[in-house]
Amino acid sequence: MALVALVQLLQVQGLHDFGLTSWRPTLYAYIFWAICLSWGQVLLHGEHGKRTLFVLPAALFVISLTVFPLLFGLVIAFSDWNLSSPDGRHFNGLTNVRQMWADPFYWNALLNMVWYVLAILVEYAIAFGLALALNAEIRARKFFRVAFLLPLMLSPVAVSWMIGKSMLEARFGPVARLARFLGWETPSFFGTPGVAKATIMLMDAWTFIPFMMIMILAGLQAIPKELNEAAKVDGANGWRAFWEVTFPMMLPVSITAILIRIIFKLKLADIVIAVTSGGPGGATDTVTSFIFREYRDRSNVGYGTLLAMFYLVLIIIVMTILMKLADRFARPRT
Amino acid sequence: MSKAGMSEANMNGQIFKDSAADRSFRPKWFTGRLFVYGLLILWAFICLFPIYWTLTTSFKMAPDVMKGNLIPWLDFTPKWLGWKSLGLSPDTIGADSTVRDEFMKRFTNSAITSVTSSVLAVMLGSLAAYGLSRFNYKFLWMGNSDISFFFLSQLILPPVVLALPMLVLYKELALLDTRIGLILLYTLSVLPIVIWIMRDQFSSIPTELEEAALVDGLSIWGAFITIILPIALPGMVAAFILSLVLTWNEYFFAALLTSTHANTLPVMVASQTGSQGISWWSMAALSWAAILPLIVIGVVLERYIIKGMAAGAIK
Repeated sequence: MALVALVQLLQVQGLHDFGLTSWRPTLYAYIFWAICLSWGQVLLHGEHGKRTLFVLPAALFVISLTVFPLLFGLVIAFSDWNLSSPDGRHFNGLTNVRQMWADPFYWNALLNMVWYVLAILVEYAIAFGLALALNAEIRARKFFRVAFLLPLMLSPVAVSWMIGKSMLEARFGPVARLARFLGWETPSFFGTPGVAKATIMLMDAWTFIPFMMIMILAGLQAIPKELNEAAKVDGANGWRAFWEVTFPMMLPVSITAILIRIIFKLKLADIVIAVTSGGPGGATDTVTSFIFREYRDRSNVGYGTLLAMFYLVLIIIVMTILMKLADRFARPRT
Repeated sequence: MSKAGMSEANMNGQIFKDSAADRSFRPKWFTGRLFVYGLLILWAFICLFPIYWTLTTSFKMAPDVMKGNLIPWLDFTPKWLGWKSLGLSPDTIGADSTVRDEFMKRFTNSAITSVTSSVLAVMLGSLAAYGLSRFNYKFLWMGNSDISFFFLSQLILPPVVLALPMLVLYKELALLDTRIGLILLYTLSVLPIVIWIMRDQFSSIPTELEEAALVDGLSIWGAFITIILPIALPGMVAAFILSLVLTWNEYFFAALLTSTHANTLPVMVASQTGSQGISWWSMAALSWAAILPLIVIGVVLERYIIKGMAAGAIK
């Protein structure tokens, strides 16, 4: 047992010694250390150690794949490292930060994210309406459920061709035809900044509305039927019953759905990369797609990492505030 | 449906049929119905039309595309053009085709990475979720809820934060452009979702079951494997399917971390989208082939997917 502890200590030491020069020994050391740790737990604590084994593998896995890269990312965020140039990595202090501060495209991408997140409210309203319709006593419910679910299943990249590049195509796309029929003579869905942003929002909404819809539907089905009936008996009409009974009851579920949706929205990138690659003039850029191009076009790992790290800090701040707010909102009514 | 029938019967059986409230009620009920069905059908159309459009486009030829024909046989004759370019049409299926080989390679890559990482995530995630829902852990200052939060907070982490450091690390470890590298990251990205679903599932199973098993002389792990796992199976299936869909569709990591060997299907679709010369029918065929497995999963296993997603909604 003491041996195990010693080995552990040695490995941890070793980890510090040749940390940043070569990663291969570190990986082996980590795997070895993880096995020793798990085995040591069982030996040292017996039955109690076996309980630890439930959580330990997942925890070690997550730590190795997030905490390590994050720490490593912090190091390279403050360095100038162009992967295509031979001189490798060298520390350049706050130059990256200054560059980020003066980078209009990055701030533009951040501002776009605010717009994209605000679009969630519209998505939420549509999803709620659809969930209410699905929850009504209807025939062929299974068909509608499957049909409504399908957009979520399709890969965003395929969707960006199916909708973005073919249906919205200005000459032959059916939607463009429809737009011409309705009186828009030169439909172009990615030409002007405002329209392009709205189109990306719509495509993303098309994919993710089912997700919110299902969460809200699950919430609706958990509301006891008697509540609505009681409201009816009291003389409330459908509209009032909805606002005074259903909607308040749904508030916790709604907040959860919106929060999760925001988390997903902040990762939005696939359709932007595939359809507009940020254009026109950065109007549809998301932070992720911007950093993706930063890497692909300039292979500047250091600067890209700093941008990503800054984004992460912003996300953590915003999500913390939102969760606090959500807590306060949801509590008095539940 | 039977309920709808019942309420109708109730209404017909009402004694005070002729009161003013009832007479106005019928048409109102009817327009309400009409509105609900109108909404449902409209949205179903919005959801299904792109899929239909892509399928028909894959059978079109240039003039059909330009004229905007919509219904096969009625206003255009379906041709195997798009599928021929993929090597998947009836007359080319026997012959050699480099495009098809490429497609099949991507397809296998996608299948292997998504299935393996989903299995891994469900295994690791179920264990952790079970531990967290049953025992009390203490690690430094962290209790159970902190550990749960640690896992779930991974969901917030945007992939782009990990992507570049991972790229460098993978290069160092020779994991770049390998399936293993992708599998590790995919497992990581779906793990929080699995833990979320499974924690819900395990906490709905009464603890008396294991207590009885422990009294019978089984160890903790024995009780977990023989008693609890079979009960939790539906939840595991739901988590597995959801992970499968997410990892099958993943594009960002695959685009960054793979180049020629471990490329997945979305990367192939995206690279074709970007190229100028590609014709609509081949692109449509490719897109449709890429989403077909998901459509099948969606239609057949819809129940599990909804169950998995609903798990988080109600606590």
